[in-house]
Amino acid sequence: MTTFPEYIAQNEERDGVRFSWNVWPSSRLEATRMVVPVAALFTPLKERTDLPPIQYEPVLCSRATCRAVLNPLCQVDYRAKLWACNFCYQRNQRGPQMPLVFLYVVDTCMEDEDLQALKESLQMSLSLLPPTALVGLITFGRMVQVHELGCEGISKSYVFRGTKDLNAKQLQEMLGLTKPSAAQGRGPQAAPQQSFNRFLQPVQKIDMNLTDLLGELQRDPWPVTQGKRPLRSLGVAMSIAVGLLECTFPNTGARIMTFIGGPATQGPGMVVGDELKTPIRSWHDIEKDNAKFMKKATKHYESLANRASSNGHIIDIYACALDQTGLLEMKCCTNYTGGYMVMADSFNTSLFKQTFQRVFTKDVQGSFKMAFAATLEIKTSREIKVSGAIGPCVSLNAKGPCVSENEIGTGGTCQWKVCGLDPSTTLALYFEVVNQHNAPIPQGGRGAIQFVTQYQHSSGQRRIRVTTTARNWADAQTQIQSIAASFDQEAAAILMARLAVYRAETEEGPDVLRWLDRQLIRLVGEHTCRVSATIDPNRKQLIPVFVFSVRSLVFNNSPDESSYYRHHFNRQDLTQALIMIQPVLYAYSFNGPPEPVLLDSSSILPDRILLMDTFFQILIYHGETVAQWRKAGYQDMPEYENFKHLLQAPVDDAQELLHTRFPMPRYIDTEHGGSQVRLYLHHLRSRGVTSAQRQCDIINNFPVQTLLFAPVPTPIHTCRHDQQVKSFLLLLFSGSLPALQSEPLPDPQQHVHLGAGKTLTCNL
Amino acid sequence: MSQQGYVAAPPYSQAQPGMGAYQGGFGSGPTQPLYGHYGGPPQAFSAPPAGMMKSSVAPAASMPLSPGSSQYNPNVQQNGSHPQSYPAPPAVSAPYGQPPHSLYNSMASPGPPPTQQLTNQMSSMNLGSHVQGLQSPPPPASSVVQQPFQTPPPSTMAPPQMPPGLQSPHMSPLMSPPQSPPASMPMASQSMAGTSMAGMGRPFPGPPPPGPGGFQQPGLGSAGQPGYPQQAGQFGGYMAGPQQNMPGAFPGAQSAMAGPPQKKLDPDSIPSITHVIEDDQVKQGGQVFTTNIRGQVPPLVTTDFTVTDQGNASPRFIRCTTYSLPCTADLAKQCQVPLAAIIKPFASLPKNETPLYVVNHGDTGPVRCNRCKAYMCPYMQFIDGGRRYQCGFCNCVNEVPVFYFQHLDHMGRRVDFYERPELSLGSYEFVATLDYCKNNKPPNPPAYIFMIDVSYNNIKSGLVKLICDELKTLLEKLPREEGMETSAIKVGFVTYNKVLHFYNVKSALAQPQMMVVSDTAEMFVPLLDGFLVNYQDSRAVIYNLLDQIPDMFADTAESETVFAPVIQAGVEAFKAAECSGKLFIFQSSMPTAEAPGKLKNRDDKKLVNTDKEKTLFQPQKGVYEQLSKDCVASGCCVDLFLFPSQYTDIATMADVPSHTGGSVYKYSNFQIETDGEHFLRDLRKDVQKSIGFDAIMRVRTSTGFRATDFFGGIYMNNTTDVEMAAVDCDNGVTVEFKHDDTLSEESGALMQCALLYTTIGGQRRLRIHNLSLNCSSQLSELYKSCETDSLINFFAKSAYRAILNQPLKNVREILVNQTAHMLACYRKNCASPSAASQLILPDAMKVFPVYMNSLMKTAPLVGSTELSTDDRAHQRLSVMAMGVEDTQLLLYPRLIPLHNIDVNSEKPATPVRCSEERLTDSGIFLLENGQSMFLWLGQASSPDLIQSLFNLPSLAHLQGHMCALPELDNPLSRKVRSIISGLLEKRSNSMKLQIVRQKDKPEMLFRQFLVEDKGLHGGASYMDFLCYVHREIRQLLT
Repeated sequence: MTTFPEYIAQNEERDGVRFSWNVWPSSRLEATRMVVPVAALFTPLKERTDLPPIQYEPVLCSRATCRAVLNPLCQVDYRAKLWACNFCYQRNQRGPQMPLVFLYVVDTCMEDEDLQALKESLQMSLSLLPPTALVGLITFGRMVQVHELGCEGISKSYVFRGTKDLNAKQLQEMLGLTKPSAAQGRGPQAAPQQSFNRFLQPVQKIDMNLTDLLGELQRDPWPVTQGKRPLRSLGVAMSIAVGLLECTFPNTGARIMTFIGGPATQGPGMVVGDELKTPIRSWHDIEKDNAKFMKKATKHYESLANRASSNGHIIDIYACALDQTGLLEMKCCTNYTGGYMVMADSFNTSLFKQTFQRVFTKDVQGSFKMAFAATLEIKTSREIKVSGAIGPCVSLNAKGPCVSENEIGTGGTCQWKVCGLDPSTTLALYFEVVNQHNAPIPQGGRGAIQFVTQYQHSSGQRRIRVTTTARNWADAQTQIQSIAASFDQEAAAILMARLAVYRAETEEGPDVLRWLDRQLIRLVGEHTCRVSATIDPNRKQLIPVFVFSVRSLVFNNSPDESSYYRHHFNRQDLTQALIMIQPVLYAYSFNGPPEPVLLDSSSILPDRILLMDTFFQILIYHGETVAQWRKAGYQDMPEYENFKHLLQAPVDDAQELLHTRFPMPRYIDTEHGGSQVRLYLHHLRSRGVTSAQRQCDIINNFPVQTLLFAPVPTPIHTCRHDQQVKSFLLLLFSGSLPALQSEPLPDPQQHVHLGAGKTLTCNL
Repeated sequence: MSQQGYVAAPPYSQAQPGMGAYQGGFGSGPTQPLYGHYGGPPQAFSAPPAGMMKSSVAPAASMPLSPGSSQYNPNVQQNGSHPQSYPAPPAVSAPYGQPPHSLYNSMASPGPPPTQQLTNQMSSMNLGSHVQGLQSPPPPASSVVQQPFQTPPPSTMAPPQMPPGLQSPHMSPLMSPPQSPPASMPMASQSMAGTSMAGMGRPFPGPPPPGPGGFQQPGLGSAGQPGYPQQAGQFGGYMAGPQQNMPGAFPGAQSAMAGPPQKKLDPDSIPSITHVIEDDQVKQGGQVFTTNIRGQVPPLVTTDFTVTDQGNASPRFIRCTTYSLPCTADLAKQCQVPLAAIIKPFASLPKNETPLYVVNHGDTGPVRCNRCKAYMCPYMQFIDGGRRYQCGFCNCVNEVPVFYFQHLDHMGRRVDFYERPELSLGSYEFVATLDYCKNNKPPNPPAYIFMIDVSYNNIKSGLVKLICDELKTLLEKLPREEGMETSAIKVGFVTYNKVLHFYNVKSALAQPQMMVVSDTAEMFVPLLDGFLVNYQDSRAVIYNLLDQIPDMFADTAESETVFAPVIQAGVEAFKAAECSGKLFIFQSSMPTAEAPGKLKNRDDKKLVNTDKEKTLFQPQKGVYEQLSKDCVASGCCVDLFLFPSQYTDIATMADVPSHTGGSVYKYSNFQIETDGEHFLRDLRKDVQKSIGFDAIMRVRTSTGFRATDFFGGIYMNNTTDVEMAAVDCDNGVTVEFKHDDTLSEESGALMQCALLYTTIGGQRRLRIHNLSLNCSSQLSELYKSCETDSLINFFAKSAYRAILNQPLKNVREILVNQTAHMLACYRKNCASPSAASQLILPDAMKVFPVYMNSLMKTAPLVGSTELSTDDRAHQRLSVMAMGVEDTQLLLYPRLIPLHNIDVNSEKPATPVRCSEERLTDSGIFLLENGQSMFLWLGQASSPDLIQSLFNLPSLAHLQGHMCALPELDNPLSRKVRSIISGLLEKRSNSMKLQIVRQKDKPEMLFRQFLVEDKGLHGGASYMDFLCYVHREIRQLLT
């Protein structure tokens, strides 16, 4: 008999599914009492080497009376893409091979150095695309240019005003994409694809042309007067990109890759004016209702996101700038479509370059790991219904018997569209046990959930993956222990955190905080819930810490950063998400092999090297002594080779992480007293306090240093009493606040003060 | 352009202080025509003519009008003496030896003949041709007129056929005592249809003149000098008044071409433009005209003379309708002579005249009067030892700026008088300071943008390729600043059909980049850097582009075009580049694509001759109005080259060009073989023209009068500033003046035209033209100093503007009335007493009626459904921006006989009068009016001539559409070709040479330019008109 953790791990390995509860309470009443709903993290494209590599949708003969399946005995004409049914002799079109479409949307308002780096990255990416993939190029600055590809002797582009939004029909007309009436009668049936071929062409055909085009790309030539931001027509550019694909490749996998070097400053979707003296909105502005472009911009991008997702198109945003670029407003674009959001300081950083390269990762067959235009359908057994999903998806509004009336996340449907998928894309699915208390389920009964994922594989084929899972029902009255034992605190933490993030996105801040806190109290304060009370405290000790961390994930940083973190939190699989909310800290010393240590300032020792992985950053910290040794150059002396190895070990480990992570983390190598050390401390600090006493100190503006070097939290289950819980919460709030803005760190005193005031008013 | 319509500001506004009432037009004077140069009087006599016209319309269709008119022709007489103000030139005898002068003899015959005798005389006059008409078998209608040329008259009394020059003034027996006094009348009557008889009888305006006959030599004893009546100088010509009214003789716009053989008075007897021109050429040709005298009347525009600027602007820059203004508004009102100046600020000067000096006062800028802001000029009077100066315009006394101080000599003249152009010359330029620049920034050099319609039609016709090929060489010859190696003008390229394609031709590019803008609703310029480039730098890329354009669109099926967005794009480009410039738009058709400024066919021939006819000339409101404004504001001149195959609503399409100092060229049914070269010549001229941009003109005057109205390719935001996106060497602005107060004879009237503009090199300059006129309280002075060519320019422009707001009929009526009024006033106030039956014309205005008649027969003013609406609108707009030379030529084409040309002579061939009668079956004639050019080949042209010119055995071998003469190596061919190329060189427009054979169908086109004849589409012959005017005059005088 395996333990539950083993069981959970096996299931995840096989199905890409992790449930918050692995034994389900058999009645609705009991289920609602459990605080954490029955929910699953599902990774549709979980990599499975043992799966049959290709799963065709059976190809049926098109004759309604026949419907025979394509089989090896059929005659196939590969050139004409026809096959003849060997039963009824019907000639059938072979299923359309979906082209892959990559549309680059490139900002030209940036420093030459950045632009150069970006151009190189883009040129590089062309070589990574399959030769038949269609590519297109849109550039923008003050104007938006849609480049016609494959022109000889002259390069052509269609130019649009950056201030005027166009609907799909207008765009179609202006690009000359309407069914060409003029072409009628001329030439033998000019291929209907002819017209858009001008903008989207197979890589193999226009490789050189596009490389040249990119090479000649100039910084936006319109003059920018002093004290102004360049006019950047991002909103229109994206709108045109969406519109172009909408009218050329609806319901075909396509990826719009947007590269931006700053915020949209004009036209629909602008997030800040062009006056440099007016900074881009902060949380403060937003709270004060002082972000005058935000609502309109958000609306604009939201509608784009909806259009793109309904056509199955992905929007990626690669934002490289030192300041915010408006990710807050644009987040829907990536979040609705399964696109990537990547944030870096510059296109000329390895962070961007490698991350971008990693988009095009291929599997052993040489196909991209990304998949397109997927739909996820859920079927459940009678006793359980689906409440909703949280992740990079949109609802397909498919009603059905398994749809719960209780919506959690994107609900009211049993089908979702996930335009972009990769092997780590993970959706959180929430269920509701609907079985009534008075209808007991026989002993040994199992509830089943089937996940049907249809997607366009990067080879152009449509594929289906079906994942069916089942869990035992248990009567909470009698089998409370087994339910409690099936609790997966990691999954639960992430599922709760997703929910929190979702609510944070869709509701007003204080309400979410209140909700989160209430959930925590219910879960931790076991008197509120019998089930949770019975959970082995060790199996839920992490929950408060996670939730605490989530608070900072949800509510700190600049608006853009928040959007960025939330974006990744909402799409990464459990392991990555866990790192995000609970960074991993390893210590390297001469005292033994590398060991995980507590995320606490007490872990900082002069003779240690620390490696911290926060998902977005990988920091190596050399303790004071180590740093001195390094400065003295001991590592270069043969007799101190072991020191050299010590120095190298965390670097090697970091490299490994850097190579696998998407997006590539920021890599920081610092040491005692180094300038970047504050980032380090920041992470430690935000998690480093426990006692009520300290909490009070914090509230009373206790010196921050104390806070930073506070001892490790004692396990949460010791906080048994209400008073303690309250204190703990109080602590959480104050603790979360220093992280409100990560960079640069403002005066900590002020932070604590601000934070204390805020949390106190809203919670206690 | 003035916002005021013609109605609001009639030219004769000074004639009526209470202009407000006049402006009311419709409301105030009940019978007063809206358009009119008359103040009060017109009401008095405008009604009868109207009635008459009406009556004339009815019988018109039935043709007998012609006999009616012919009946009165005999009364026409001429006395071509010249004003005494000009010294009688020695060569006078030659021109006067011509037929008309044969009459002088008789005129000088002692004693005024009695009335009856006059009649007899008239009959006798007629007799020559009359008799002949009787004797010869009735010739075909069309050839009748030529009869006199073909066969010498049997009678000695018909001398007009004498070759010019041979005729001695003494041998003119024509007017000797009548031979068969009653013959004429009855015969005429007999030949008349009954209707016309009735008509004839009806509208007699008054009793037959009781006075002496028409040929009286008024008050002169100089009968001893036959042929040269030395009558009072101001008398131009004398004409016998018609004895009887001629119903429908005028304005017989509808009179049919064909008619029975007509009896004609010798046409040579009426004032002839060709003679006047020739006379003036003889008198003043090749001489130096020194502008040192106030109110000096310059030679005619047709005369070849040299100007020395000594304080007044050259007549090439400014010409006035009269050089002696009446002192008071009352006088002006009385005579009805419009007071106007035609300013051509950029007129090109011949090589032997000094170009304008440029004065640079550095940072301080030009010295200007503190009060009226007039610029330093010769009319500033320095006083107080040179420390102060009195402004000649407003009399304000100004301190002389310290840097400008100079001592005065004993004459009170500044010592540096001759060193400073602004003190001694009529025309000069100042370098403008930053105060005169937009946004106080020095301007950038202007740019030329070539915008080529690449829709199906233009591609198919080969035009696009033609343009692209031509541009490669043409752009090498962009105008450049004196002494500069290369032109500073930037060039840019746009092609378009339904959408616009901009091209990036930056020199650094390996190949051009095309940027398509399909958002025609809100046009913008997609690029800044690389759009407007220096041709020399980007030549390789531009070559590449021009090579590709025809191929790129070779397969186009797009037939729809836009237009307003194209102009808008140009404006935006100039705005973005912060420069001014010119758009060269090559458009094939009416813009019908869905975009701002979309037009639809609104041509409606049913409107012709109705009150709504004016709508055909009115541009569509809205988009284009705003566009003109935008263009002018950003110094964007628009030149439109149209290649239509059908109606294109030129009235609207040419609206922007006509307000921005641009030109419109039209090549209907363009075919590369026949029109290609013609078009290219136009394009070359247009591109290479000297031109100034982003101009604003102000005309200042001395106290007592002021500029009140402006006509030209201009835009006016207020009443004083004339804005021109560009002004080139052919643009003429006509300025009308009104009295404010009494003018003093002593100080005269001064005007200063200041033009602020940007040179082709991108310098801001002020061009100043000064002119001083005389003032007189004697009307005779005014009439003596009149300039017919300028007058007709003014009348043409004012009438062409008037037709926007009024029925054509009114406009024509007013033109006639005013002509009559001006002449009547002269007769009444200046001429010696004479019989009312005499038509007396002031010498300076003696050919005025020809021009006026010709003007009324121009396409815009003649209401004919046969004329294309586009052509009419086109001509109307082109004339609005013309200078005096152009209107003169347009209204009286040159008709040059080539068959008898002296191939060895250096002298230019002498033109003959524009009348059918001057043609001969065996002759070859060249006709040109600055817009069109015809080579007319008589039926019986000698095969030798045909051989030498065409290398063909006979006329019959001549094939279809030839548009140039073959280059043959014989003296005649060389000579003729050199005449043609000389003309093409000289004129501002290139002209398409059309070769027509007598009696061929295309001859009709040619014939409409014979302006002395009856109009093809309506309009009286010169003779008829003169008679009609005379009758009007007599009415006015009674």
